[in-house]
Amino acid sequence: MIGLEVHAQLLTESKMFCRCSAQYADAPPNSVVCPVDLGLPGALPVINRKAVEYTIMTALALNCAIPDFSRFDRKNYFYPDLPKNYQISQYDLPLSHDGHLTIELDGQPRRIGVRRVHLEEDTAKLLHRTDAAGRPYSLVDFNRSGTPLMEIVSEPDIRTPEEARLYLVKLRNILRWIGVSTGNMEEGSFRCDANVSIRPKGAEELGAKVEVKNMNSFRAVYRALEYEIARQTEVLNKGGRIEQETRGWTEERGVTVSQRSKEHAHDYRYFPEPDLPPLVIGREWVKEIEDTLPELPDAKRDRLMAQFGLSLYEANLLTGSKGIAEFFEKTMALNPNARAVANWMVGELFRLLNASGIEIEQSRVTPGHLAELLRLIDQGTISASIGKTVLEEAFGTGQQPGQIVQERGLSQISGVDELGNIVDQILAANPQAIADYKAGKAPALGFLVGQVMKATRGKANPGVVNQILKEKLEN
Amino acid sequence: MELYKLTVHEAHELLTKKQITSVELTRSVLERIAQVDPTIRAYITVTPDLALEQAQRVDEKLAKGERVSPLAGIPIAVKDNICTKGVRTTCASRILENFVPPYDATVARQLRALDAVIVGKTNLDEFAMGSSTENSAFFPTRNPRDVERVPGGSSGGSAAAVAADIAIAALGSDTGGSVRLPASFCGVVGLKPTYGRVSRYGLVAFASSLDQIGPLTKDIADCALVMNGIAGYDRMDSTSLPEPVPDYTKALVPDVRGLRVGVPREYFVAGIEPGVEKAVRGAIDRLVALGAQVGETSMPHTKYALAAYYIIAPAEASTNLARYDGIKYGFSTRDATDMLDGYFKTRQQGFGPEVKRRIMLGTYALSAGYYDAYYLKAEKVRTLIKHDFDEAFQKFDVLVAPTAPTVAFKIGERMANPMAMYLTDIFTLTANPAGVPALALPCGQVEGLPVGLQIFGKPLGEETLLRVGYALEQAH
Repeated sequence: MIGLEVHAQLLTESKMFCRCSAQYADAPPNSVVCPVDLGLPGALPVINRKAVEYTIMTALALNCAIPDFSRFDRKNYFYPDLPKNYQISQYDLPLSHDGHLTIELDGQPRRIGVRRVHLEEDTAKLLHRTDAAGRPYSLVDFNRSGTPLMEIVSEPDIRTPEEARLYLVKLRNILRWIGVSTGNMEEGSFRCDANVSIRPKGAEELGAKVEVKNMNSFRAVYRALEYEIARQTEVLNKGGRIEQETRGWTEERGVTVSQRSKEHAHDYRYFPEPDLPPLVIGREWVKEIEDTLPELPDAKRDRLMAQFGLSLYEANLLTGSKGIAEFFEKTMALNPNARAVANWMVGELFRLLNASGIEIEQSRVTPGHLAELLRLIDQGTISASIGKTVLEEAFGTGQQPGQIVQERGLSQISGVDELGNIVDQILAANPQAIADYKAGKAPALGFLVGQVMKATRGKANPGVVNQILKEKLEN
Repeated sequence: MELYKLTVHEAHELLTKKQITSVELTRSVLERIAQVDPTIRAYITVTPDLALEQAQRVDEKLAKGERVSPLAGIPIAVKDNICTKGVRTTCASRILENFVPPYDATVARQLRALDAVIVGKTNLDEFAMGSSTENSAFFPTRNPRDVERVPGGSSGGSAAAVAADIAIAALGSDTGGSVRLPASFCGVVGLKPTYGRVSRYGLVAFASSLDQIGPLTKDIADCALVMNGIAGYDRMDSTSLPEPVPDYTKALVPDVRGLRVGVPREYFVAGIEPGVEKAVRGAIDRLVALGAQVGETSMPHTKYALAAYYIIAPAEASTNLARYDGIKYGFSTRDATDMLDGYFKTRQQGFGPEVKRRIMLGTYALSAGYYDAYYLKAEKVRTLIKHDFDEAFQKFDVLVAPTAPTVAFKIGERMANPMAMYLTDIFTLTANPAGVPALALPCGQVEGLPVGLQIFGKPLGEETLLRVGYALEQAH
């Protein structure tokens, strides 16, 4: 059984409890700070309303219940990245609880419970260094201290590393979709810890819970879970016992390593934060937030299938991110040929995106480009295969497809006279093929069409060529 | 003329009539400090240059005929647990001995905006934990009425400064009586406002849900003037109250006719010094004579207040004081072998015994398995104490009681016995968990030592307290 805890940084302008900017990425160390996020004596927190709003938004998108009453608590532990030596977090009265998220496994929906979504403040960042004499020392950068952090805790409903991966992909898609987080795992704005426990087949009791930390990519989560399940299985098979502990994933060695045993587990001594009044969440406010939610990925997927007859596979891909879905819908608005738009996006465009490793938002091809390209194909100005070349060109340069076709002379040759001359030349050069055709060998026609296409560098309209050839061969 | 003897309102009048200057007044107080404070030791830090510069600025304004606030040019002392930008704020603790805040507490900002002259930072029990100012890591403060005795605590420096005329007025903080008790022991006026009436931003936290900044003054009118300066909503303090602030000087009317005054019997119990009870009963008789309707009442949960207080306050303190770890500011041990050792040694060497005692008490009370039995139970008692006040205020406008069971005790007398020290606050500490305002004012003497009357008011009932206090003061 696997449960995941995701921490996502929120895209608010200011920090969780002060007016410092939450966008500190390029700032020099300790430059985006104030008495509050440094935990100076006497400083007091003030709740960032936007952060609460974003958390409620997320909770609604994850089908959670939003209670009328919520509260912040202090989580007490000493660590140099925690300026007050307590973190303002939430304990028994989180902003939301009891939701779910549905993943798709082999085309089948599978519901993963979301226990709670709550709000807290992020810690500072420690930088570990070594001095000239080789002695280790650490520096603290408080820029990150006090930025809003949302914690999303799943129920232990996840069974395999693949399910965990799908859950994270889906969750991240939703966070980005509603615009509350960048969801960037490498930059640390989307972090994941996992709780893993196993139970031998037929056994009643579940093994002790092992928390796995320090996984910095989806791939790391997958590998760490795979490793941890195997490790626990082996311990049991050898007649051992699983100890409740915290383990860290070490990417280089591909193993999890024990960090803290149960005996050394923290007693966080949670208690209500006396510096902040409880939050009373009005129903109207929840309704207002709900009204700002866009159509969510699952709903859009279902609608695309119903409205445009897309397959589940296509609809899933086309709602894989907000950018992709928007690209599809914008293209549809310009050229409402759903079949073609879906095919070209899922096929050629995704291939180009994957090959270059960029997101659709960064692509130089716009919905306008794709709509124009499809129109050129539709009108017979270019063939589908030339279309691929044109798309590739547009992808690289951002040029309009029409302009590319014109500049590079890629218009399809459909004129019977022009093509007739070329066909005559090909027939003159290939007497054997003519004989074969007349002897009833059908593939000879294909060969001849191919020769014409070759001679025209793909620009000949294959339908017209076919027709002319047949006429000439049969007369 | 001995200018240092003036009250705020007297000094304001002379300043605006140009009979004195703020520089003269400030010099007078500074000279008096130089003369008296080596004995009293009310101040941890005196800032003569800053004070005189500020006084100079006020005099320039006055010379130009500008209107100034009633606190303008007035030398005021600030308890050393209130952050003052650029001026050392120690909390009377080794751990913050060299801490210079880069920001002003909201009250300090307000005082500056009103052109008050901050003369220095006053001594206190370390982190405001104590009832005698003997827990200061630096030195004890002496009671100006009898230098062999304590001034009370924890705002002992502020009370002694006002009583010794080495500040015209002062700010203290009150978590369980820390303004009222020293006011009572030193014979000055002290007010603990309603929780949330004065911003806590920049007040170094002891127990966040109980702490409240309040004035210590020579008379009731000054108390009203200082409250006018510091009360009000502050968006930097989420627990501050949004209700508009009245002009407290409007409450200075010597009329208590028809006012319903309750006398809770739980505050007149065995252990109270007979002379104290006599002085307090005498004040109650004067209220009757002034036309108040006095009646006895009961607040049955008072006896649980001390126990609940010594769970809640240390619990909050244990986490509020966690930030003093030697990493960011303040004292940091030099002989640590590793990170954990650094935490241990910094805190071992940086905190005094009473602070450590309360951190341990609080940590224990919040620990897994004990939380329900201690903290949660104490919070339930808090609700009952609040309820006692609510009930009593159904029938009465104010409640009167002694501020402390005794007059000022001798230095060293209770240091060996923490429980005896804690009992000093037995009558004051109910107001903090209940959040209600309470005023302490002199009401007589026992063998030359002042006795303080305590008046509790309804939430935001400061005006009524000031009116009662003013009536008693005028009738004296």
